[in-house]
Amino acid sequence: MVEAAPVADPALYDFQRYRDRPRIVWPAGKTVAVWVAPNLEYYEIDPPANPHRKSWTTPHPDAVGYSHRDHSNRVSHWRMAEAMSRNGFPGSVSLSVALCQHHPAVVEDGARRGWEFFSHGIYNTRYAYGMDEAQERAIIEDSIATVQAATGQRIRGWLAPALTHTPRTLDLIAEYGLDYTCDLYHDDQVGTVKVKSGQLASIPYSLEVNDHYGFFVYNMSPRDYADTLIRQFERLASEGARSGTVMCIPLHAYLIGQPHRIAAFERVLEHIAADGRAWIARAGEIVDAWRAQQPGDAA
Amino acid sequence: MSLDPAYLTYPKRRLGYDHEIYPWSVIADRPPLRWPGDKGVAVWFCVSLEWFPLTPADVPFRAPGHMVTPYPDYRHYTAREYGTRVGFYRLLDAFANAGVTASIATNAAIAERYPDIIADIVAAGHEIIAHSTDMNGTIATGLPIEEERALIARSLDTIKRAAGKRPRGWLSIARSQSWNTPDLLKEAGVDYCCDWVNDELPYRFTNGLVNLPLNHELSDRQVITVQQQSADSYAQQLRDAFDWLAGEAGQDHARLLPIHLTPYISALPYRIDAIEALISDLAGRSEAFVAPGDAIVDAWGARR
Repeated sequence: MVEAAPVADPALYDFQRYRDRPRIVWPAGKTVAVWVAPNLEYYEIDPPANPHRKSWTTPHPDAVGYSHRDHSNRVSHWRMAEAMSRNGFPGSVSLSVALCQHHPAVVEDGARRGWEFFSHGIYNTRYAYGMDEAQERAIIEDSIATVQAATGQRIRGWLAPALTHTPRTLDLIAEYGLDYTCDLYHDDQVGTVKVKSGQLASIPYSLEVNDHYGFFVYNMSPRDYADTLIRQFERLASEGARSGTVMCIPLHAYLIGQPHRIAAFERVLEHIAADGRAWIARAGEIVDAWRAQQPGDAA
Repeated sequence: MSLDPAYLTYPKRRLGYDHEIYPWSVIADRPPLRWPGDKGVAVWFCVSLEWFPLTPADVPFRAPGHMVTPYPDYRHYTAREYGTRVGFYRLLDAFANAGVTASIATNAAIAERYPDIIADIVAAGHEIIAHSTDMNGTIATGLPIEEERALIARSLDTIKRAAGKRPRGWLSIARSQSWNTPDLLKEAGVDYCCDWVNDELPYRFTNGLVNLPLNHELSDRQVITVQQQSADSYAQQLRDAFDWLAGEAGQDHARLLPIHLTPYISALPYRIDAIEALISDLAGRSEAFVAPGDAIVDAWGARR
């Protein structure tokens, strides 16, 4: 198969400046749609090598790297999930779908709480880099079937495993009927992605306020991170009075669910829930509400 | 171009883990557990006492905190020695003032070079955990098994000679293990290691070795040196963690708060106040069972 030459601009969306946009309104006059995106992940201890990227930067076994992530599936998932449930926040889960086999109790817990599931690949240690079309179709089909079997849900969204893409990823997921991607970080509102067939929306995933960025890129203290989330919320809720915005809180239980962080985080959820301007929703509901307001594009 | 078809096969996609080192266990499903005195939160102070040779060996890897500048790096060598000569005694005093016993994860080289400090640790009633030979004694896959076996034996034997007692616990440098480490530790008669950070209670490996999780995110190295936060922020985070764990433990359950301190980091004059206050504060909490690692492992083994 001949790969297409790299392009400087993938032409995934039209440029639309952040003023004079058509007004988006959220249910009940809320100004900002808030969704929480726990990553329920499985990292293999000794994965096969992808020629484009190493899975662990140390020789295997990476006792700290592996067991730190494993903290989610033994301890902190439940701590994070309880804090969300107590404050009325459902999850929209980016799921390493092999977790349905390894630790089904974690997936069942999310499903029982009414969480929505989308795919984050098979494992977070298997990267799409270098996959041909048949291989990429295989992981999409695996994701659809695995989540369907485990939860009864038909996945609608995609967050590429470890954020690894091929140039055809977005076309393929749309062809399979998925209708939102979390892989594009160009806006604070939902927008249309141009794909060869089907419909695809980009929903803001807010990588910059991902707990991984907060704690391991920007080295924030737990209280500083909580303050960051509140500032993010306040700004987006205010701007959303003009046209509805989206705030995503992407999480990893092994980070946010640590005992020195969870209380500060729970205060953020309390703040947002009490504010009155937030439409607390699942990703699919936000995409649906946005799509219903698109001229001639109603699903 | 495409990936090898094997990249899309998943032979270990099954219930449980993709390895046999320890079984899966969800903390919420475990039976009720209390620490001695009906306490809810075990507070475990673990201090690393390390000797960094002036000649770092990079096999299998260079330890965190090791030499930085070209030879001879007196700056970092002596700064770490300051922690051992001066800073560690500030911590010993702080523990004594608060009535706290701790685990001291000790390089064998400390025992060889400075037997007095071992005597002071033993006299104060602290536990000594074996912490490799010196800071060139790093472990990772690729280290020949005989070398790793010898490294573990040398560490344990040397500390036994100086302390009069063979360590029951093991902490690898940077918590880095090879595939062989758990079995070699078991074979050497070690009761527990502190390398895997995935839990907030002790748990047992398949081979019988206990893991006592020493959370690396709550170490002074991670928060103060790597993330460059203040000692006050560090102490605040530990108090927040304690408060949360005490609430979660309630009347029926138990949790573990590990606090990993490094003398050349935490025991500097401008930081030690925050650490002293933290030690005294936590030691005074009614929910706290403050104990060294061996006592926590024994209490867990007796009561679970």
